[in-house]
Amino acid sequence: MKTSPTLDRRSFLQVSAAAGGGLLVGAYLPSWTGADVTSAAGTFEPNVWIKITADDNVRIMLTMLEMGQGVMTSMPMLVAEELDFDWSKIKTEWAGADPRYGNPNFGGQQLTAGSNSVRGMWKVLRESGATARAVLVAAAAQTWGVPESACTTDKGAVIHQATGRRLTYGALVDKAAALPVPTNVALKSPANFKMLGQSLARLDVPEKVNGSAVFGIDVKLPGLVTARVVRCPVFGGTVAAFNADKAKAVPGVSHVVQISSGVAVVAGNYWSASRGAQALEVTWDEGPLATLTSADIMKRYKELGQQAGKVARNDGNADAALTGSTGAFERTYEAPFLAHATMEPMNCTADVRDGVCDVYVPTQGQTASHQAAVAASGLPADKVKIHTTYMGGGFGRRGEADFVADAVETSKAVGRPVKVVWSREDDMQHDYYRPVSYARMWGALDASGTPTVFKQHLVQQSLMKRIGGLPPNGVDFISVDGSANLPYDIPNVRVEYTETDPGIPFGFWRSVGASFQGFVVEAFIDEMATEARKDPYQFRRELLRKAPRHLAVLELAAEKAGWGTPLPAGRARGIAVMDAFGSYLAQVTEVSVDARGTVRVHKVVCSVDTGWVINPDTIKAQMEGGIVYGLTAALRGEITIKNGRVEQRHFGDYQVMRHNEMPEIEVYIVPSTEVPGGIGEPSTALAAGSLVNAVFAATGKRIYSLPIRAEQLRGGKA
Amino acid sequence: MTTLDVNGKRHEVDVSPDMPLLWVLRDTLGLTGTKFGCGLGQCGACTVHLDGAAVRACLTAVSAAAGKKITTIEGLSPTATHRVQVAWVDGQVPQCGYCQSGQIMSAAALLAKTPRPTDAQIDTAMAGNICRCGTYQRIKRAIQRASQT
Repeated sequence: MKTSPTLDRRSFLQVSAAAGGGLLVGAYLPSWTGADVTSAAGTFEPNVWIKITADDNVRIMLTMLEMGQGVMTSMPMLVAEELDFDWSKIKTEWAGADPRYGNPNFGGQQLTAGSNSVRGMWKVLRESGATARAVLVAAAAQTWGVPESACTTDKGAVIHQATGRRLTYGALVDKAAALPVPTNVALKSPANFKMLGQSLARLDVPEKVNGSAVFGIDVKLPGLVTARVVRCPVFGGTVAAFNADKAKAVPGVSHVVQISSGVAVVAGNYWSASRGAQALEVTWDEGPLATLTSADIMKRYKELGQQAGKVARNDGNADAALTGSTGAFERTYEAPFLAHATMEPMNCTADVRDGVCDVYVPTQGQTASHQAAVAASGLPADKVKIHTTYMGGGFGRRGEADFVADAVETSKAVGRPVKVVWSREDDMQHDYYRPVSYARMWGALDASGTPTVFKQHLVQQSLMKRIGGLPPNGVDFISVDGSANLPYDIPNVRVEYTETDPGIPFGFWRSVGASFQGFVVEAFIDEMATEARKDPYQFRRELLRKAPRHLAVLELAAEKAGWGTPLPAGRARGIAVMDAFGSYLAQVTEVSVDARGTVRVHKVVCSVDTGWVINPDTIKAQMEGGIVYGLTAALRGEITIKNGRVEQRHFGDYQVMRHNEMPEIEVYIVPSTEVPGGIGEPSTALAAGSLVNAVFAATGKRIYSLPIRAEQLRGGKA
Repeated sequence: MTTLDVNGKRHEVDVSPDMPLLWVLRDTLGLTGTKFGCGLGQCGACTVHLDGAAVRACLTAVSAAAGKKITTIEGLSPTATHRVQVAWVDGQVPQCGYCQSGQIMSAAALLAKTPRPTDAQIDTAMAGNICRCGTYQRIKRAIQRASQT
């Protein structure tokens, strides 16, 4: 095999607001032609993705990483559909860090994020399968001396229709390997799918019920030691001095070494390393954020909200229409920092010895992990190898690479393979948080109750600025994902954005900008409906007459939830609709609120149009899980800052939804032949919007700040 | 030396008596199916059975486990065909899968004691097991299904 030159020429990132909910659009074209692969003897390797062996096995390479979203199954399904292979014989292998396996939606980076696995890879993977099949058909047709058009395929064999003659793919590998790989093949019409659209069992489930699945924290190597890193509790703080004596006095502790992120305490097992870390004495230079509090941050955001922002969207003349309206109103909304709180705390294993570096890591990004390991090891890129594992949750957190640097630096310092494991408290207090957010919203209605103005000014940290820079208009389109693409037919729409950064680390949190926009936009539209004295479902329907996919999911969710039908006493429904990550969805949430103000979510009905479907059960699972993640945040999630440090430590003070609070969730998929949308994040984005609208229906009280606080809702209906 | 009976096998371990069972299982014996989630008994990822009862291995000193029958996810069934595991596969429960060892061990302990649990009994028995992927609905259905087999 030789390395494709494609990436070097084309691997520039192009940030584009035209991505339609996507994040980064690259001009990178992954190679699915045979240009960069030669088949080994006894195999047919038409491209980097597929290897067929003479014994009729197929190995498909995996580049999108598994954190629960089902890509380990859905990605090979895309290949197998076009290849027409027996699914039960498919084997998979992780690609590691290798530029030939880049995601075109990330400019060729290997990154599992932004609900971009199917969106970025479906065409590449289907083409890889289709070209392989075309070559195998040609090989069989030549063998028999018949036209290719007289041949079909089924479950890994080419069949000559007229005579019934049959050759398995394995029998054709040598002949196929000698034939040219076509560069232009037709893909199947969705109507002809055999496998796509079927709820095939996930390939990772068997090893996830017997304890054998290997997560990063489970990596075993000869001579492996474990470390815990003591970090400055204040963001931006550094080590002034440390005394290792007490840490080294803990039985089992072998090394105490300073690394970029703090001081690593190394021991034979995690328990000893953790006890050593607790005993370590460190004097910190706490840096400039040592007095920062959440209240300071929000005060500053509110000041910035009084100024004009950068313009993300401007239809009509919202300001003039507001001034001229008698039915204008303004509301303000806030949402806090949020931790990802994956079940598996951050960890990474590295072995830096003899001029090579092997990294074993539960990561969402092979490319970012590789870059971090190259930088931390100081070794040439080709001496650094990334081995990926299952992730115990990602949610955006594992797209970062701070944990990689921890392990590589520590291994380099002690000359042994080292697994750095974060405690729950380390993980909670040293995250890259969902940004804190403040939005002013203005609306106006005409005399008939029809909206004439929708205006938003959002103040937030900018992820685009962090990862590459803001575009010339100064608007982070990730932040305004959900408002700049407002689907409602309102003549005057203005969306403004102001970037600011208080210095607290921030990152991508499941559904990213839409995690706030799904709340504020749908809460505000709901309030407009109330102002207009209209039913919130009918109000939305009227405004979505020109948005058929939104309208279809809205109507489906309302129908399935029995919108407008009677409920048991004390219960009420809320509704919300949006598009996010290329999918369209609506939710109807049913709640009750007790006298103490505690919200109980009884049921969520969710509809989704995500284009043609690969694995329906996976889509349902993602919608279910995404709703739980969003409800948890809306009901409980809050990271607060005091004296420059995070106040929450663990699941005791950063509480998450548990079994006994779980609502019934129903998911309905709209049949579609449109191009696939993303599915890992949209339902999280919409959960809070639908929830707060239900809380209003139950109590008459609007929620302007998350998480929902019981004291806001005490005392019954307003 | 502490003598442990793990999944029917005797192990002699030379560890401090206050070392949590979780880390003896994972780091000393290499049984990594039992997971570390919080170390505080808040999340349930480390749930194992001590004489058939579900306990949090992160809060159980190894000395307290000596002389008792310890069962981990690896030992629940030699062929991974415990009715709870079968129901988990049938219901396609796991997403990331990290919490599922603990969920399965809690569910198995529940069904051993309460063969036909009500929804409320399931909620109570499972409330200590967090799942950030949000598989709770599938877990409940899988427990209901397992209770009927």
